[in-house]
Amino acid sequence: MAGDDAVTIAIDRIACDGRGVCAELLPELIELDDWGYPIIAPGSVPPHLVEHAKRAVTYCPVLAFKLRATQGAESRAAAGVRQPSVARQVG
Amino acid sequence: MNPTRLLAGPPIAAGAESLADHRLRVGARPRATRPGELAASIERSGLLGRGGAAFPAARKWSAVAGRSAGDAVVLVNGAEGEPLSAKDRTLMNARPHLVLDGAELAAEAVGADRIVLYVGADHANSVVALRRAIGERGREMVVPIEVVVSPATYVAGEESAAVQYVNGGEARPTGVPPRPFERGVDGRPTLVQNVETLAHVALIARYGDAWYRELGSGPTRGSALVTVGGDVAHPGVTEIAYGTTVRDLLSVAGGTVDKWSRGAVLLGGYFGGWLRAEEAANQPLDPRSCRDAGSAFGCGVVHVLPPARCGVVATARILDYMAGQSAAQCGPCVFGLRAIADATARIASAGSAHSDDLAHIVRWSGQLAGRGACKHPDGAVGLLRSALRTFSDEFDRHQRRGACIEAELQGRVA
Repeated sequence: MAGDDAVTIAIDRIACDGRGVCAELLPELIELDDWGYPIIAPGSVPPHLVEHAKRAVTYCPVLAFKLRATQGAESRAAAGVRQPSVARQVG
Repeated sequence: MNPTRLLAGPPIAAGAESLADHRLRVGARPRATRPGELAASIERSGLLGRGGAAFPAARKWSAVAGRSAGDAVVLVNGAEGEPLSAKDRTLMNARPHLVLDGAELAAEAVGADRIVLYVGADHANSVVALRRAIGERGREMVVPIEVVVSPATYVAGEESAAVQYVNGGEARPTGVPPRPFERGVDGRPTLVQNVETLAHVALIARYGDAWYRELGSGPTRGSALVTVGGDVAHPGVTEIAYGTTVRDLLSVAGGTVDKWSRGAVLLGGYFGGWLRAEEAANQPLDPRSCRDAGSAFGCGVVHVLPPARCGVVATARILDYMAGQSAAQCGPCVFGLRAIADATARIASAGSAHSDDLAHIVRWSGQLAGRGACKHPDGAVGLLRSALRTFSDEFDRHQRRGACIEAELQGRVA
């Protein structure tokens, strides 16, 4: 089960224009489709890759690459607590 | 077997029912005696949204009500951009006061002080009928109601696209949070609800949730409007109890299962899925059963492909339309759907397929879902996957041998 700090990759698909930087920084979790747009492995980011994922957040040239809290955000939202729109941006 | 609830009363062809006739027939719009009473009844009814996603209406209501300070907005969705569907415009044309009653009841229940009727530009008769109905209500209206004519595109009816358009932007999905129930029209919590859903609300408020649940068999109760088309004698909009089988529906619409040895049925429209005729015959028409069968109830489209038509050709046409209707915002949709549509078109056009076209569309059909700001690519690849399964022999014949049933049958006639 994901811990409190578990994060999930979220791509802003409208902002993303397929530069592919994320796939270079995080090849373990991201492959590119035939047109250069990221396909993300399902599930939370494994702890040992979180630092790499944060670098992808920083280096995405169009700021389309985001991380969200995996577990906590959903349960808090379900309880009716207001969340910032992009749950938690790490990095 | 054809219940008449939403379509009870004068014939559909007679046009819009007047406010006076509507009240004589179903009575005045009831008012809640206790706060939360109607919302609780809607929850017990199990009413599902009729725009296609079958999301429980009560959950939408509570999400908006919980955020409203009396200033929420009800956005009544009559965009109906699905090319094979006509049920929403039929309802707006013939029973505008059911829709308005439902909208007012929803506004009261969620704490809204504004109602926006969002109606597709190609539904001119609906715009006229609703405007006239608003005029008939005059000063009796509890909440201001306005009509916004939406662009006649496929994605204009998507929730966030509708909100963005009403706010003065383009009718394209916004995708990222906030969602409409959080910040929608004018930044206020907004209930986006399909016109048919609200018409059911108008009747549940009068007759109760137990009455609503009397119809239907299987997992979903109640009745639904469906649009029957294709190879049937009497195409058009009708009302069914959820759980009615395709065979029973078609027997009323003048379709027969006997000549279906090679036929197929598209359920749910362009966001739905194909079933082989023999699979479809006993298929219950309700959201969960259709999803379990690899198809979709969607907005209630039941379209019969004539036996002399090729499913590959029909699918190629739909995919070309869907690629053309992309909002052109997200790469996987812009490039992926266009590539899928082009490859499927080459396969469909006998003899012109590239050697790897079929392999490509099989692979791409598994890659696009969940990778757009809205569900447009998901809908298109869902349809493609159902086609690859339903017409697997035909796809194979097209790709390997450049042979098309449709062309062969037409060639024989000529």
